[in-house]
Amino acid sequence: MRQLIWTIPLFPLAGFLCNGILYLLSHRTRGEARAHGAIDPGGHAPALPLAHEAPHGPVPFQSLHTAIGVGSVAISCAVAFGAIFDIGLKAFSAGASHAITLYRWIPLGVNQGVGQLHGPLKEWVVDVAFRLDSLSALMIAFVTFVGLLIHVYSVGYMGHEEGYGRYFAYLNLFMFSMLVLVLGANFLMLFVGWEGVGLCSYLLIGYFYDLDAAANAGKKAFIVNRIGDFGFILGIFGVFTLFGSLDFRTVFGAAAANPAAYAGDITLICVLLFVGACGKSAQIPLYVWLPDAMAGPTPVSALIHAATMVTAGVYMVARCNVFFRLSPHALMAVAVIGALTALFAATIGLAQNDIKKVLAYSTVSQLGYMFLACGVGAFSEGMFHVTTHAFFKACLFLGAGSVIHALGGEQDIRKMGGLAGKIPKTYWTFLIASLTIAGVPFLAAFFSKDAIKAAVFHAEFAELPWLPRVLYVVALFTAGLTAFYMFRLVARTFWGRFRGPSEVEAHIHESPASMTVPLVVLAFLSIVSGYLGVPILEHGNRIGEFLRPIRLPIAGMPERIHHAPLSTELALMGAATVVAAIGIYFAWAWYAKGEGRVPARIAERWPGVYRVVLNKYFVDEGYEAVFVDGLALGGGRLLWEVDATVVDLLPNGAAAITRGSSWIASFFDQYVVDGLVNGVGNSLQALFRVFRRAQTGRVQNYALVMGGGLFCLVAVYLLFR
Amino acid sequence: MTITINHYLIVSLLLFSIGFTGVLVRRNFLTILMSIELMLNAVNLNLIAFSRRLSDLTGQVFSVFVITIAAGEAAIGLALTISLFRQRKTLNVEEASTMRG
Repeated sequence: MRQLIWTIPLFPLAGFLCNGILYLLSHRTRGEARAHGAIDPGGHAPALPLAHEAPHGPVPFQSLHTAIGVGSVAISCAVAFGAIFDIGLKAFSAGASHAITLYRWIPLGVNQGVGQLHGPLKEWVVDVAFRLDSLSALMIAFVTFVGLLIHVYSVGYMGHEEGYGRYFAYLNLFMFSMLVLVLGANFLMLFVGWEGVGLCSYLLIGYFYDLDAAANAGKKAFIVNRIGDFGFILGIFGVFTLFGSLDFRTVFGAAAANPAAYAGDITLICVLLFVGACGKSAQIPLYVWLPDAMAGPTPVSALIHAATMVTAGVYMVARCNVFFRLSPHALMAVAVIGALTALFAATIGLAQNDIKKVLAYSTVSQLGYMFLACGVGAFSEGMFHVTTHAFFKACLFLGAGSVIHALGGEQDIRKMGGLAGKIPKTYWTFLIASLTIAGVPFLAAFFSKDAIKAAVFHAEFAELPWLPRVLYVVALFTAGLTAFYMFRLVARTFWGRFRGPSEVEAHIHESPASMTVPLVVLAFLSIVSGYLGVPILEHGNRIGEFLRPIRLPIAGMPERIHHAPLSTELALMGAATVVAAIGIYFAWAWYAKGEGRVPARIAERWPGVYRVVLNKYFVDEGYEAVFVDGLALGGGRLLWEVDATVVDLLPNGAAAITRGSSWIASFFDQYVVDGLVNGVGNSLQALFRVFRRAQTGRVQNYALVMGGGLFCLVAVYLLFR
Repeated sequence: MTITINHYLIVSLLLFSIGFTGVLVRRNFLTILMSIELMLNAVNLNLIAFSRRLSDLTGQVFSVFVITIAAGEAAIGLALTISLFRQRKTLNVEEASTMRG
């Protein structure tokens, strides 16, 4: 089974090709007219209640698209789990891995100077190679499984869409890219997957391409990601220059064996790689694309913009942990950016009224948590949170999709309420996932967040000894905000009475089984996945043990094994529980019991603060002013001003002098020179009346003459040399 | 049979000749553009073949530059194609010619 790991990404690729070709063939004549029933109009089109039930023709080949799309991911999921259990979890913990090289992709010739500073002279190569080790095993396990659930969910959710086949083709292409990303054995394979998921993200955000908001959001995501990818590829160039190889095992082995030789340059590489991670994983300052990405279909938000793709940055940082551990400054930057993002996004989430936007900012905030964990050197804790987050956030997004489906496209939580009794399955799964993300004890995120907070609490920064305490307080406060805004969302959506129009209320219905079954499975996983890493028990931190081989021991840098007393651990857990309880209590008291009167008063009391938070701190407007208007337009204006005042001075002065002298010259010219010139000119004109025929004005004739001339010259050279 | 540099050069020569012939004889603007691309890539092949033979990376760097320039050339060429077609409703370069010598 382990020999088949290269087929794991291949099945979705085949699915993409089959679905894509089938879709193109079946739509060549029809053209795709999007039916007026987009159940997911991105919150910008006028809500069309129940329009998705409006009759229109059946989607051609729908069941075939479904079979290909879901089937390919199911096979790939089965192969993935087969390969993982073939090698065995114990063996992974002991450092086992399996690598397959499909073919030599880029043979670049013999190494000449670059990278040989610290390494042996050898041939430069990049292979198409996959490696299954414990980190990629963890990733493919939840990527294929959550991916499969979301494919199943999409069957119900997208069933009425004309572009059904296109949707599944893109989704399969995404699965292919994501699996290449996590299975790739070198930086270039990682980059191929990285760009692939970026492309699919763009395609799927802009899925409803006839809506301006969706098309623009797609472009925004693509462009903002380009900035990050630019840093990432510079980082890859740096790695290649420094090590002369891109293979993970070679590069990290070299760095870990001889840290002193690389310590000087590694900070720059780490920062560049982290810029890439910032773009993909929506960290400050590149987070702006993720909330807009909610214009895509909701299952896409769940799969790409919550569970898998946006965690690629965390995966990459965890993969490169050897580099980051060599560079304390880069680690500090990662921790500070992560903590700031977590706090910043959580405060924006407090005031949003779109159900998907709240979840989007929550995702940004949780990603910040993951980077905070990586920044204090707790990479396995970061990956732990990635895993639990994949389950509960996918559950939340799919639940939100089910709510939107039930309300016929409504996304504004001010027009919801009281849905608990009407769509009970959605309600209970959403509630469980909300309890999980809020950090209620013994659910998944309680353990993963607690592991992160404990790691932050015990972290040590040599230069700024006070920093861990500040980061811990930020993390704890953010946890409270998370609990608050999640239960604000639950209260506004499911509790109280319905606030929308009554004709919508009459048609509220529970979603079909293809949508509720994934919800139930994900809710179950949000409860139990925390037991991968129970911190205080002996051998409780299973995920840490599992990922230990990734954390190569660095020569001359002893691992600091921290054994905090049990009482400290319990106190930290207690603090987290209390903060979560406070957040949930306030949300309940203000939004469920108080019907939102207290927040309204707060908004009235400090209108400025409320407006700033509601408008996301005007960051988008700021970027628009600084980068779009400022640099592009303002820069142009500045250059024009410089041109008009400074540069023009010279030609103007010269012109004045020239005018004076030219008056004298013209006098001489008219009488002396012209006589001569006219005489010569007239005779020449007569001569060239003949030759002018060669000037046809056709470039091809000139090219022919040129080629003929070249031929003659070469012939002469070859004959008489 | 091993592939020597001669094989690369022959392929490159063939590609270049095809491209050059295309530029000379075709009348469709788009085809001419494609022929130019063919010539550029023939040159690339030549550069890379020698780079590999001489174990000198300069040729590969050059070919990356050529690819970059070719991308720019294609962008401008296609823009010209579009504006030509908008103005004249034809891509035949003979019909589009306005020079009278």
